[in-house]
Amino acid sequence: MGLLSDPNRRRALINLLTRLNAPICALCYFAGVCWFMGLAFEPFTLRTYMSENAMGSTMVEERFPSGERALATGKEFAAHKKKVGGMPVDWLVKTMQARGLEVFTQSFSRTLPFPDENKERYIVKGTNVYGILRAPRAPRTEALVLSAPCSPGDNNNQAVGLLLGLAHYFRSQVFWAKDIIFLVNEHDLIGMQAWLESYHHTNTTGMDWSPLQGRGGSIQAALSLELSSDVITSLDIILEGLNGQLPNLDLANLFYAFCQKIGVLCTIQGRLQRNDWDSVSGYSHAVQTMMLMVMKQASGRPWGDHGLFLRYHIEAATIKGINSFRQYKTDVTTVGRLLEGMFRKLNNLLERLHQSYFFYLMPSLSHFVSIGYYMPAFGLLAVILLLRALDLWVQLVSPPAVAVDGVGDVAQSSPGVLSVLTPLVISHLTGAALYILPTRFQEIAVEHFPVSETEAVVLTVIAVYTAGLALPHNTHRLLSGEGTEQGWRVLKLVAVLYLAVLLGCTALINFSLGFILALTLVPVAAFVTPHVPKTLSAVVLVILSPAFTLLFSVFFFQELEEMPVSFQDGWLLYLSVISQGILDHHLYGSLVYPLIALMVYPCWLLFWNILFWK
Amino acid sequence: MAASRCSRCAWLFLVFIYSLYVVVISEEPTPGNEQHASVADNPQTPAETVKQPTEERRWEATQVDETVPDDAAAANKQDLPVPDSVLTSTPPLKDEFQEELVIRPLHSGDIYASFQFRTVWETDFTRGRKVSHYRLFPKSLGQVISKFSVRELHISFTQGYWRTMQWGQPYLPSPPGAELWVWFQDTVTDVDATWKELTNVLSGIFCASLNFIDSTNTVQPSASFKPLGIANGTDHRFLRYATLPREIVCTENLTPWKKLLPCGSKAGLAVLLKSEKLFHSSFHSQAVHIRPVCQDGPCKTASLELRQTLNVVFDLHASGQGKREWSLFKMFSRTLTEACPLASSSKIYIDVTDNPQEDQFELSPATHLLSQAVVLGDRRTFSVYDLTQQVTFGTVRSLNVLIRWKSTEGDMLRPLLHAERYVAGYGLQTGEIHTLIYNNHPFRSFPVLLLDSVPWYLRLYVHTLTVTSKGKDNKPSYIHYQPSKDRMRPHLLEMLVQLPPHSVTEVTVQFERALLKWTEYTPDPNHGFYVGYEHIACHICHKSVLQVRNERIFQMCFSFNCRSSVVSALVPSTVAMNTNITKEQPLFSTFFPAKEESSYFIRVYTEPLLVNLPTPDFSMPYNVICLTCTVVAVGYGSLYNLLTRSFQVEEPNPGLAKRIANVIRKMRGVPPLVAKVFQSQLIQSVQTHKGRLVCVVNFATVTKIAPAVNYAAPMDAGTSAYLQLR
Repeated sequence: MGLLSDPNRRRALINLLTRLNAPICALCYFAGVCWFMGLAFEPFTLRTYMSENAMGSTMVEERFPSGERALATGKEFAAHKKKVGGMPVDWLVKTMQARGLEVFTQSFSRTLPFPDENKERYIVKGTNVYGILRAPRAPRTEALVLSAPCSPGDNNNQAVGLLLGLAHYFRSQVFWAKDIIFLVNEHDLIGMQAWLESYHHTNTTGMDWSPLQGRGGSIQAALSLELSSDVITSLDIILEGLNGQLPNLDLANLFYAFCQKIGVLCTIQGRLQRNDWDSVSGYSHAVQTMMLMVMKQASGRPWGDHGLFLRYHIEAATIKGINSFRQYKTDVTTVGRLLEGMFRKLNNLLERLHQSYFFYLMPSLSHFVSIGYYMPAFGLLAVILLLRALDLWVQLVSPPAVAVDGVGDVAQSSPGVLSVLTPLVISHLTGAALYILPTRFQEIAVEHFPVSETEAVVLTVIAVYTAGLALPHNTHRLLSGEGTEQGWRVLKLVAVLYLAVLLGCTALINFSLGFILALTLVPVAAFVTPHVPKTLSAVVLVILSPAFTLLFSVFFFQELEEMPVSFQDGWLLYLSVISQGILDHHLYGSLVYPLIALMVYPCWLLFWNILFWK
Repeated sequence: MAASRCSRCAWLFLVFIYSLYVVVISEEPTPGNEQHASVADNPQTPAETVKQPTEERRWEATQVDETVPDDAAAANKQDLPVPDSVLTSTPPLKDEFQEELVIRPLHSGDIYASFQFRTVWETDFTRGRKVSHYRLFPKSLGQVISKFSVRELHISFTQGYWRTMQWGQPYLPSPPGAELWVWFQDTVTDVDATWKELTNVLSGIFCASLNFIDSTNTVQPSASFKPLGIANGTDHRFLRYATLPREIVCTENLTPWKKLLPCGSKAGLAVLLKSEKLFHSSFHSQAVHIRPVCQDGPCKTASLELRQTLNVVFDLHASGQGKREWSLFKMFSRTLTEACPLASSSKIYIDVTDNPQEDQFELSPATHLLSQAVVLGDRRTFSVYDLTQQVTFGTVRSLNVLIRWKSTEGDMLRPLLHAERYVAGYGLQTGEIHTLIYNNHPFRSFPVLLLDSVPWYLRLYVHTLTVTSKGKDNKPSYIHYQPSKDRMRPHLLEMLVQLPPHSVTEVTVQFERALLKWTEYTPDPNHGFYVGYEHIACHICHKSVLQVRNERIFQMCFSFNCRSSVVSALVPSTVAMNTNITKEQPLFSTFFPAKEESSYFIRVYTEPLLVNLPTPDFSMPYNVICLTCTVVAVGYGSLYNLLTRSFQVEEPNPGLAKRIANVIRKMRGVPPLVAKVFQSQLIQSVQTHKGRLVCVVNFATVTKIAPAVNYAAPMDAGTSAYLQLR
């Protein structure tokens, strides 16, 4: 630290940083993006390995024999489901009881804030059925969960059948040390949310549920099963949960290890892994797989029924059977054996899964990028903001006669406090309006305009968002007269630091979201001043605004999923994504929508304000 | 009416015997002839049954002796060492050993086997008499009792949780893990030290981790645990209660337990106790209860009773391969060939209450002895096999009781009283303990006494304690709360709560998770920390024929409970006397002394909790150390440096002459010429000394010279200029 305590050298360093600020920023941005793209390159990543000793060295045998019977049960379930027209509660209770489980039911109801047009539901009423296999000689302190959703139509019948088959088989084994809860949940995530909230006796989303009658202690891990065909070609594992939380990497390792052992094709993001990492196509494959994970994680929504478990510190993943046109098929017995093996190893756990990584990205199932590798990419983007802040600071205290002791500038910037505070307050009020108004005023909107509730909400969001662009950038003049050169610098300094803190915190919790936001917002923050050409800059600023980021992400995601859409469809998709985001917030407590509305958007408005500073 | 029922019974029994006979013949062709002969020789052959239908099923209490053939009885007399005849020494040590096994087929298809071994010894440790001669009573325990002046000792080791919803109430409830409660005699002066020593000794005797019992998990309940034997004082200063929910029970605990039996595991019922089968079950619990009981009716003198109990539930699906059929061999992989020769009574009871017409299950070999006992307020009927009689073993010289179900329905029960417990909330900062107590009685309310002992690392917010039943606040009539002390003692909460009929009572209390010191974490901190179960004691008084009488008793019980002496009120010495001298009653029904048949006492234990505390990442100490050191060195060091140093224009490098002068000064022991003045805070005073500016600097903070040395340094021109500026 001699560098900083020596005034001469410090001045030299600051001079260097201010003089070369723009090139250094550009270099950092470029390096950050490159670093990020390099993460998917196989030699730069680590191979996955099992960290948890309890799951690694112990041998388990998989002997589940009765896949055919499970399929028959699944068919029976389908027939009863069709007959009842929903969840066949009585049949499930009877069947689970016959398998020697303690069976309980739970009813729940939820009125959505506005109708969900994707899933066509508004007032949701349902029943969850779960059976607990009590482990012999265990004091009900720990449990594992296997869940299968009761989906409308012909989906997931095989999953329920396999769940019941496994329950029957597991019941006759003596090696269980943890209770196993077999859960069939109705209305997918809503049912799961009701069950989990009831299990932990919390109520974060205002749902009505009946209390649970039976519990199994603290849940250590959970697997959710989705299976819609009698034979499968591959198994896909879904990890991304609510708010971008991921389960411990050991759970993915466990799945991968058993797929290797039993000889089942396994995928992540629906993509097989390739061995030709040194070819361009192999690399682009890895990049696409990783980008899919980044996009899904950034969305902050649960991508399977497992996603809600993570909030309660329960490691969970969804395993999905995929039946494509490949030759090689795997039958249900094999899937059952795989699940049996996974459960036996989870049963062997002495502690919660904690050894391996909780923060990672996966370019393929056998390789992962840990937090230590991907954080520098974000750090390189974030450092741009700090460099700009330093530059602004130096400019603000520019009369070099005063030493950089921080004593002299308080007097100079004090008249600017009001000019900084006003735009801050106004832009945050706009953000609050963006957060509150859409759901509050949907009735009024429906009354006055020929739109449905969902359309009303989404259109209100867009309207408030656009109105925000017009509103705040002139207000400071009314309050504090002419904006000064000093004024916008102070404002920008505040805005840049605010953005840096915001993005830093976001990236710590949800790296993908933080990185995507940084990619678009950091250039805005870096270049915008009142002196750049207004029209062009305004266009650039709008294109790099959070709303457009979302729009691009929608198209990009479709492109990655190999389902490109036309602009028309993309626009409709974009609208539905907005409504889904708001619904996720209200139903499950996803934080992406409030983050964007209350923090990121106001922060971006500050830069918009600076552009139109007069 | 009764006669006709009896005759119908007899007919059914006849059919049963006959069918069994056919089955035996068809299954076992070789011993068939012998079997045939035995059936023919049996006084209760079908032919005779027809003639004397009323005598077919005998009640044990009245007609035990008559069923025994004379010659067999004589043979038994020779085998059995009757205490009086054996003991010749003076004073005569009167001790007696009884063993019994109760088998209860459960609704779910599982089977519950409960062993009880009871040794009663007419001796008295209380008067400080040295006892050196031991016969049936285990010496290891006897010495412990006399050395530590133990009045009552109850210890149980349990693996598994009793599933009340499936199995009903157990004969003797016990919580998962280890539980130990001891009443010391009032002559003990330092109870805590004695307790500490006792737990360590017991730890050795039972090969268990009882030595982990210390002040942080020991409590003194004021009302929940009253002496079960005769007692004249119930001052809870002499009571210690501790649980170890984490204790794992296995064969190393079983072996020392078996060694306490007079016959070991060589003869009698104990031959069934093979660990490979006992630990292939759903529930396993073994216990030792020592208490003083009355010797005779007037209760002039006390004798010491040792009860060893072992309860085990075998699982239909796991052990029974799903076939609803149980036999001694299937359960224990042994059959019985003899009673323990030292036992005065050795019996097997099979609960046949739910099977009056033998339509639920069939029992073979059939027995003609029936017994009735009141267990948990319910009059139950048992089939009895008396092992002291040779006729029980039949001609194959071994007894293998077989129970075969006929129906296959198994519903969940709705037990009168049961409880569950869980931790609510998420995250690692706070949480809420919920205890739900179900009273399923349609019209009776019960007063129950809750005991909750929570470790100190869960900081209970007692102001958040709520008790609600049916949505309304339920005010406990008695609360005893002892706050915890960090690392010293746990929270103790006792409450007397009235459970309204047909209701769920919810007790909630919020807590905060404490951060432990790093040495206090267990080796597997991410497993979580165990929080003991809640203990619920209830004296249920409801089963009676007469409604009016019922009410009266209930009122009485309630009044006892209001005085917060729910358990102690139950144990007047006359009751203890009653339970101990009436030998007709089977052992399992006599443990908790009941005031009347219509009332009974039950304990309910909830499941223990597993709570995660905030845990540092122990797997990366290296990273943690590196990071901490880096932060301290770089961050704190530089910040400190910047804060405590003042910057000023430095003199150009001291010339060569000055450097040499400094070297010389050093050699002379004189302080060198100072070029810099340290930060102004360090300057204590500036004074003029002999026309020169002298700066008194407290160097203690800078150079670690202690005590502080006032150091006067001559100042050069630059420094004085600086000081003038300030």
